[in-house]
Amino acid sequence: MNFEFSDEQNQLRDQAQSFLSDNCPPAKVREILEGDEPYDKQLWQSIAELGWLSTVIPENHGGLGLSYYELVVIAEEIGRVVAPVPFSSSVYLASEAILQFGSDAQKQKWLPRFATGEAIGTFAFGEGAGRPSPGSIQTAATEHDISGTKYPVPDGDVADVAIVVSSCDSGDGVSLYLVDLSDVQRDVISTLDPSRSHAKLTFDRSPAELLGSAGNGWGMTNQILDRAAVLFAWEQVGGSQAALEQAKAYAMERYAFGRPIAGFQAIKHKLANVYVKNTLARSNCYYGTWALDENNAELALAAATSRVSATQAFYFASKENIQTHGGMGFTWEFDCQFFYRRAKLLSVNIGSESWWQDRLITAYEQSNQADAA
Amino acid sequence: MDFNDTPAEATFRQEVREWLEANAPTADELQGLDEIARSKLWQKRKYDAGWACIRWPTEYGGRGATAIENVIWGQEEGKFNVPGGVFGIGQGMAAPTLMAWANEDQKREHLPKLASGEHIWCQLFSEPAGGSDLAALRTKAEKDGDEWVINGQKIWTSGAHYSDFGIIVVRTDPEVPKHRGLTYFFLDMKSPGIEVKPIKQISGGANFNEVYFTDVRIPDEQRLGAVGQGWQVSLTTLMNERAAIGGGGGGVGFSRVYRLAQRVTIDDKPAIEDSSVRAKLANWYCQETGLKYTGYRSLTALSRGETPGPENSIGKLVGASKLQDMASFAMDLCELSGAMQGELAEEYGMYPGAYMGAPGGRIAGGSDEIMLNILAERVLGMPQDIRPDKGIPFSQIPTGANN
Ligand SMILES: Cc1cc2nc3c(=O)[nH]c(=O)nc-3n(C[C@H](O)[C@H](O)[C@H](O)COP(=O)(O)OP(=O)(O)OC[C@H]3O[C@@H](n4cnc5c(N)ncnc54)[C@H](O)[C@@H]3O)c2cc1C
Ligand SMILES: Cc1cc2nc3c(=O)[nH]c(=O)nc-3n(C[C@H](O)[C@H](O)[C@H](O)COP(=O)(O)OP(=O)(O)OC[C@H]3O[C@@H](n4cnc5c(N)ncnc54)[C@H](O)[C@@H]3O)c2cc1C
Repeated sequence: MNFEFSDEQNQLRDQAQSFLSDNCPPAKVREILEGDEPYDKQLWQSIAELGWLSTVIPENHGGLGLSYYELVVIAEEIGRVVAPVPFSSSVYLASEAILQFGSDAQKQKWLPRFATGEAIGTFAFGEGAGRPSPGSIQTAATEHDISGTKYPVPDGDVADVAIVVSSCDSGDGVSLYLVDLSDVQRDVISTLDPSRSHAKLTFDRSPAELLGSAGNGWGMTNQILDRAAVLFAWEQVGGSQAALEQAKAYAMERYAFGRPIAGFQAIKHKLANVYVKNTLARSNCYYGTWALDENNAELALAAATSRVSATQAFYFASKENIQTHGGMGFTWEFDCQFFYRRAKLLSVNIGSESWWQDRLITAYEQSNQADAA
Repeated sequence: MDFNDTPAEATFRQEVREWLEANAPTADELQGLDEIARSKLWQKRKYDAGWACIRWPTEYGGRGATAIENVIWGQEEGKFNVPGGVFGIGQGMAAPTLMAWANEDQKREHLPKLASGEHIWCQLFSEPAGGSDLAALRTKAEKDGDEWVINGQKIWTSGAHYSDFGIIVVRTDPEVPKHRGLTYFFLDMKSPGIEVKPIKQISGGANFNEVYFTDVRIPDEQRLGAVGQGWQVSLTTLMNERAAIGGGGGGVGFSRVYRLAQRVTIDDKPAIEDSSVRAKLANWYCQETGLKYTGYRSLTALSRGETPGPENSIGKLVGASKLQDMASFAMDLCELSGAMQGELAEEYGMYPGAYMGAPGGRIAGGSDEIMLNILAERVLGMPQDIRPDKGIPFSQIPTGANN
């Protein structure tokens, strides 16, 4: 047993941190948040050149063939700077789905392009408000095409291909399709976090190619979500840590009643509680990463554990960061809003806290831990 | 990072498991024995086979095992329902302090007896005037030749009534600022002049005590650290205390409350199917695993021989409230009979006991508020509270609202 990142992985962390502090300062996030560009294309290009998009893609598909330990190191840093790029959609969802369930031809076609950033992928799952279930999916496919509406789809406006969750008559009632988005109608959707773009995709007999086998789509969707949950959780942990650091830095500088507000117990205890939640979430993410890298039987439970604790930690850290800033935290000019927005976006992007709490207990019920207890 | 056992660890785990299976005490063996006798029986058996305090060097009664091996031992022993509560203070707090500060002869004399369970130790730190503010303690020691003479009172001393030895911090110089006038000793609890009076707790038990000292004599060689260095020595004890207390669940943990939720019903269905029950349980599961893996992560520091750091305060801080909240929730799940204890309550009757014991966990070993202060100051580097007593000789510090 060994519960630490390796020296090489820590080096990668240092490199990623210094690269992002130069190339993704808060001003960049603000540019995307306030402007019309859907994402930071220059940053995306640099990230691709660094090989981050191809971290876990095998070498024979144009990737670096590294482990998930390297990928989570990057995910945490992406989260720390609330990077305005389609990293989660393309890397955690689309690449992962094709890696897990794609045919050789599909892998050959998409993975090398994801690896270089030449193509962006996404996962088209939601169809408006409410918790998705096999019965709630209205999008439907025939043998070669698909029709229906998906929204909000993260990065749906800029993605080249989507894995679309579709209903079907066989098996678990769901199948997954790969759909080239070049001829699909896309309408940009506004969300609470404009530093990440979203779209509504309308499929009207759009050409579609089955991913994995028909009637296994709900099972596959759950596996895709479990894998992505660990990676999202690391972004959330990175964001929580940055929000804590920002709150502390401000509290040390800001004087009231003749001393830094960091000296008041109400602020000290608040930030200590943030630290506690962050630490527990991070530790759970270690567990999640191990299960993800091994793709072992504990993944569903470990992923939900990582996800629930990281979602709670980021929400808490981001709101208390604003609180610590007083009136300034509530201004557009200050950067506290970035974390608060991103925290909530990430917490609904692949399913809410309460959904993941439910999944956690389901996973526990199905794990051997429940038998052993 | 790898949560799996290495081949060597797997072999070790197998060895541990086999030994435990063959040697863990049966219900029959424990029948009729009180808590102390049970604990001593099990401890002695482990010691004789080389499985007591396995992290300790062999010359002190341990096995020289690694930090990871110690975790494996803990995981495997935890699967058996074995006794052992009474040694926590001696093995978990006094022993690390002796290892760091006692001389070689003292270590060779006392540590093996702690490991074998022959001796039980207690911690004589808190006083009526010195709890959170431990350094405000007043029990004094005066030098008399090669001995020190102790007078004063300790309070909240767990297990003093059955302990053989104690670790104690006393004031040796009231004319310097409070942290600098303290000195640390260990002493025989049968020394003349010690009087132990039990204090009844809200849980009904009387596990802690008042301890009075009247001209109690301690040989100077039982001093740990220099005269006036008692505060630094205490910190060794306190850091280990928090590491030792951390995560203790008093039997009420996730898996038990999960099973309860499977058995009791809400609207004719098992409570575990209710989404609000699931949400609560999920949060506690996250806290439990989060604490477990946080503990494992700090092993790296421990295996380098470092003392446990302030981040260990998390375990106690989170664990104590979690226990309290889970006990309260478990009683809710039992609905109208939730408050019942005793025979008629069957297995559900444990929750009121846990509920009544839980407040103590949030106070003992440093209260929640003190833990938060430690995390804020020592981990996050935030400023200390304003301290009106800072730098003032102890004898001149205000001591009550009335003066
Ligand atoms: C939406 C909005 C509308 C407003 N409208 C008006 C208005 O119309 N007129 C007007 O005059 N003002 C207005 N204000 C200002 C508001 O009253 C101040 O923002 C507020 O009093 C906090 O002061 P501050 O922003 O300077 O924060 P600070 O005083 O710097 O506080 C920063 C943080 O430190 C904490 N803190 C400060 N002192 C202590 C202490 N002693 N103990 C513990 N914690 C402490 C605070 O709770 C906060 O979390 C408005 C603010 C907002 C957000
Ligand atoms: C079950 C149990 C077993 C114990 N066993 C032992 C033992 O074996 N040996 C031993 O030496 N002691 C023992 N203790 C004593 C324990 O260490 C003290 O109770 C504890 O340190 C708190 O001190 P106090 O009771 O004097 O409370 P106080 O220090 O008077 O605290 C009262 C309240 O004020 C708060 N407070 C105090 N100072 C601050 C501050 N600076 N900032 C914010 N809030 C503050 C506290 O958090 C608490 O909520 C035990 C206690 C319990 C409950």
